[in-house]
Amino acid sequence: MKASNRLWEQRLEGHLPEQLAQEISTFETEIELRRQGKVDERIFAETRLRRGAYGQRYDNGQRHDGSQTRQLAYDTSKNTKGPNTVWDAPGMMRIKIPYGGMTPEQMEVMAELAEEYSDNIAHVTTRQDFQLHFIHLEDTPTLMRRLAAVGITTREACGNSVRNVTGCPYSGVCPDEAFDVTPYADALTQFLLGHPDVQNFGRKFKPSFSGCTQHACGLAAMHDMGMIAATREVDGQVERGFKIVVGGGLGAVPHQAKVFAEFLPVEELLPIAQAMSRVFARHGEKKNRSKARIKFLIKTWGIDKFKETVLKERQKLPNDPRWTEYLNSVDDGKETPLNPPGELPPINGSERLARWLKTNIRAQRQAGYVTATVALPLGDMTSDQLRSLADIARQFTNGTIRTTVEQNIVIRWVSKKDIPALFDALDKAGLGEPGASNILDIVACPGTDTCKLGISSSRGLAAELRSRLAGKCFELDEAIQGLHVKISGCFNSCGQHHISDIGFYGVSRNIQSFQVPHFQVVLGGQWEENAGSYGLPIVAIPSKRIPDALDRIIDHYMKLREKGESFQLFINRVGKAQIRQLLDDLKTMPDHDAEPSFYADWADPREYSTGDIGKGECAGEVVSAFEFAMTDAERMVFDAQTVLDSGEAQKAGTESYSAMLKAAKAIVMIEYDDITDDPDEIIEEFQERYFDTKVFFDPFAGGKFANYLFAAHDSAGTPFTEESARHLIEEAHLFIEAVHSCYNRIRSKSAS
Amino acid sequence: MEFQHVTVKIYVDGEMQTDPAKFIDVFHAWIREGTLDGLLIDVIDYRHVPAGPGVMLIGDASHYSMDNVGCRWGLRYSRKAVLEGSNEDRFREALQSAAKACQLLESHFDADPSLRFGRTEFDLSINDRALAPNTQETLAAFTPELEAFLSPALGHGEFTLTPPADQRSLFGVNVKTARPFDLTAL
Repeated sequence: MKASNRLWEQRLEGHLPEQLAQEISTFETEIELRRQGKVDERIFAETRLRRGAYGQRYDNGQRHDGSQTRQLAYDTSKNTKGPNTVWDAPGMMRIKIPYGGMTPEQMEVMAELAEEYSDNIAHVTTRQDFQLHFIHLEDTPTLMRRLAAVGITTREACGNSVRNVTGCPYSGVCPDEAFDVTPYADALTQFLLGHPDVQNFGRKFKPSFSGCTQHACGLAAMHDMGMIAATREVDGQVERGFKIVVGGGLGAVPHQAKVFAEFLPVEELLPIAQAMSRVFARHGEKKNRSKARIKFLIKTWGIDKFKETVLKERQKLPNDPRWTEYLNSVDDGKETPLNPPGELPPINGSERLARWLKTNIRAQRQAGYVTATVALPLGDMTSDQLRSLADIARQFTNGTIRTTVEQNIVIRWVSKKDIPALFDALDKAGLGEPGASNILDIVACPGTDTCKLGISSSRGLAAELRSRLAGKCFELDEAIQGLHVKISGCFNSCGQHHISDIGFYGVSRNIQSFQVPHFQVVLGGQWEENAGSYGLPIVAIPSKRIPDALDRIIDHYMKLREKGESFQLFINRVGKAQIRQLLDDLKTMPDHDAEPSFYADWADPREYSTGDIGKGECAGEVVSAFEFAMTDAERMVFDAQTVLDSGEAQKAGTESYSAMLKAAKAIVMIEYDDITDDPDEIIEEFQERYFDTKVFFDPFAGGKFANYLFAAHDSAGTPFTEESARHLIEEAHLFIEAVHSCYNRIRSKSAS
Repeated sequence: MEFQHVTVKIYVDGEMQTDPAKFIDVFHAWIREGTLDGLLIDVIDYRHVPAGPGVMLIGDASHYSMDNVGCRWGLRYSRKAVLEGSNEDRFREALQSAAKACQLLESHFDADPSLRFGRTEFDLSINDRALAPNTQETLAAFTPELEAFLSPALGHGEFTLTPPADQRSLFGVNVKTARPFDLTAL
């Protein structure tokens, strides 16, 4: 843990948005409560996930060293930070970057955090987030404060929540888009963040925005809710809307999204998203997490029933001004260029620059401007590079930067005349790598490097393939250069292997009584048209033979390709059986004694084992809204005790009363989930549903504990003394316990 | 001022001849054999990042790496956990940990080609911007403490301390000595 955590808290006090500051303080208290064993580990795990604090490989306290599994000598006297998760084991912090939009100031803070808390590497993910690894739990509130100070939140970056709202990084500058989706993605982000209707999902929910149908930048078809910009003309007026697709997703079994609406007017975007969230929360699977994504609900119901239910729910929603008030300013705050438009000066002789121009520069809709893609190897960059990039963005643009789903960064609004100087600046910072979005730009998930679920080393393989391709990439045929290669460390598809021309995902095989890392070869996926179709696995090849497999596939394509034939069409024409046959002999393994390196993974000398695979936290723990609310209520009573100890009786009393209301609301919610935060309504509903019916009555104490609540409500607003506050804290404790007992009785009764 | 989270980088002498991939094997062996003090967790390969951390040995209280930051290879030791004691204790712990790792690597790669660390230069920085902001005030507080600590080993007035040019960098100094120092004397 860092020595300066308190210093940062003091330094940033008053500099954070109030809501964010409160949320982070609450999380800090929750950490303390878990440390003291006062919060259940399962609830705490989901709590920290919803704050972006994720687990990492080996956080169960054991690791295979190549010959045996050994315990890592962590202090085991401490509580866990989740089921089977050691408190001191470092974890990953996922940082949401909505639609990938960043400022230079945010990049500088990211650089500082990577340097001070992580391993000096900031990693861009396939959903436009940043991830920092090897973070200690107790440092996470400080990271959150430093991020919040520049307008970034980690809230709901993981867990069963609405994840980062992704969006096309070329929005607003793309020649092919219907309109700029940025303000709509931003509005949806703000609207759903922390919304009560998105707190009770059985699994995560991923939205994405795309400005057009034909390109891949937004990958709408593989999202839970994909928005594709569209316009229509009504009475001579151009109306903006979205084609809405739902239930897409990769994972072990990929699903193509279904069309929910061919054209949804922009005014209906937020209410429909809210209604969809409510339907998912209410009807989505909660017990079996492998069937809990919204795609399974849609599969079970069919799109028509799903649509009908969502539209009915939409009609019931009380009007929320936030649905449309942002629409008045969608065209405000548009990005502007720093420098006037220009033309590309003559380029003299630099082959590297010529290659970079070909692959990393893309014309903007606005004449005289381009976007420049910074190709990050495996999505990684150092703190120094982040700072350099911030400087470069300021030097050539008004700081207009976005992360991409290909784990790169796009600099927007570069005047064409500045291109050579921009390239020089990037190259000097080690960021001038050509080959963006071509075969060299391999996407890989973290795999066995840091992920608990990783089976094979996706990053190790990606680095190896990159290194082999680097020398020859630009000598290859144009058709080969344009192929997309994506790698996942397991079947869960975080590397998006299904939507690449050539994909790989990690599996293991037992050969000669040894475990051997393999990759399934997946062919025929489509990156374009928003991830238009998914490839299929054809054969599992030992990891160390994958480079040979890639060479053979490429050679075969070059030899048999018809003029202008895309790789996907080629695979469809020649058939997967032929490719399987082509690779068949690569399945064989040399003897262990002859070639022991085949029994180890890339960049890892340990003899391969699947013994390090743990339970993933991707799905989080399914924790009900009741459990969350009750944990909140308990924390509030704890806070009340703390402030009373520091002499603040009024605050302590008020907080205790709020805790009782929170608990009362929690139990009302199991019958009536539209209950508001209005104290009168909570008391009325609680009394009607649980007191008058005697459901709440304790077998021995009867309605005594409910009367504590009613008395506290009746005397709300009366000043507290030290004594009355102390009494109320005690009563709040008893009331909360009574709510738990009541809940348990209800559950037992319904189970029997 | 309290200087926690001390980071030290000792540079490779001349151009590095060793294939960085070999550090992956060595670091894994260090974990397996418990070669270094403290809990070591895993090895991460960042060789693909230009001017990056190279190959990292991730620990619970400290990280080690053979890194290429600034396009110069060297052994970096970075203390993550709080260390009780004085600033002098913390300087000593970081320098001795880095020096020990350098000696181990030198003895491992003693031929074909050999790996040798320089004895006239190292970086020492404080990986905490709140405790040690990169300012003149910090430099003023830091310099006499570090000079007092280093003088017995490097010779009084026999070394220079140069802070980084970029104000956004971590606070620290590049230490250059007039004559070679002994790694074991740090």
